[in-house]
Amino acid sequence: MPVRARPLSPHLGIYRWQIGNTLSILHRLTGIALALGIVALSYWLISLAGGDAAYGSAIRVLWSPPGILFLVGWTFSFLYHLLNGVRHLFWMPVMASNAPSGT
Amino acid sequence: MSLRSPLGRVLGTGSAKDGTGHWWAQRVTAVALIPLTLWFFLSLLLLPALDYETVRVWLAQPVSSLLAVLSIAVLTYHSYLGTTVIIEDYVHGGSAKVVSLMLLRFLYVLLGGAGILAILRVAFGSLAP
Repeated sequence: MPVRARPLSPHLGIYRWQIGNTLSILHRLTGIALALGIVALSYWLISLAGGDAAYGSAIRVLWSPPGILFLVGWTFSFLYHLLNGVRHLFWMPVMASNAPSGT
Repeated sequence: MSLRSPLGRVLGTGSAKDGTGHWWAQRVTAVALIPLTLWFFLSLLLLPALDYETVRVWLAQPVSSLLAVLSIAVLTYHSYLGTTVIIEDYVHGGSAKVVSLMLLRFLYVLLGGAGILAILRVAFGSLAP
C-alpha cells in the first residue's frame, strides 16, 4: 500500500520544554535502567545459588569500576522512580474525582 | 446521543477492548513494590557484610525467602508492564512490534523464573554444583 504524506498532529518540536515533561521522561528512563537492573539482580541471586566461588566472581564483577558506576546509577534510578511513582499514586484520588461516573 | 452499542457500554472496556486492566495492574504492583523493595534494600544495608555466608544465611530464612520471591515476581511483572508500553509507543510496523513484544514477555518470564529458582535453591539448601 503506498504511504502518502498525511497531516500529523503537533509533535515534540513545537512544545516548550517544561519541568513536567522532564520528570516524565526521567521516569521512563529510570524505569528502563531498573529493568536492566533486574538482569543484574537475577545474576546476583543465581550466583548465590551457585555457591561460594560463583558468588565471589559475581561480587568482583559488581564491585569493578563499571559495576560500581552501574550500581550508583541503579540506586539513583530506584530512588527517583520510587518517589516519582508515589507522586503518581497521589494523583489517583484526584483523577477518580474528575472521572465521569459509570457508562 | 451515543453511538456506542449497549453491549459495549455494559462491558465498559473502551475501543482498545481491555479497559483499565493494564493501568490498574501497574498501580497495584507499584503499591506492592514500595514495601517490598524498601525491605530488600534495607535488609541488605543492615547486614554486617555482603560475603557469601552472611547473604546465604539471610536469604535462607523463611521470611527472607518468601519476601524475596514475592519481590522478584512483582518486580518482573511491574517492569514487564512498563517496558511493554515503551515498545508499544516506539516500535511500529506489525511484525516488528509483535515479535519484540513476544520476545520481551519470554525474557521476563525467563529472568523472573531464574531469579525465583535461585532463591528457592538457597532456601532449600540445594548443594552447589
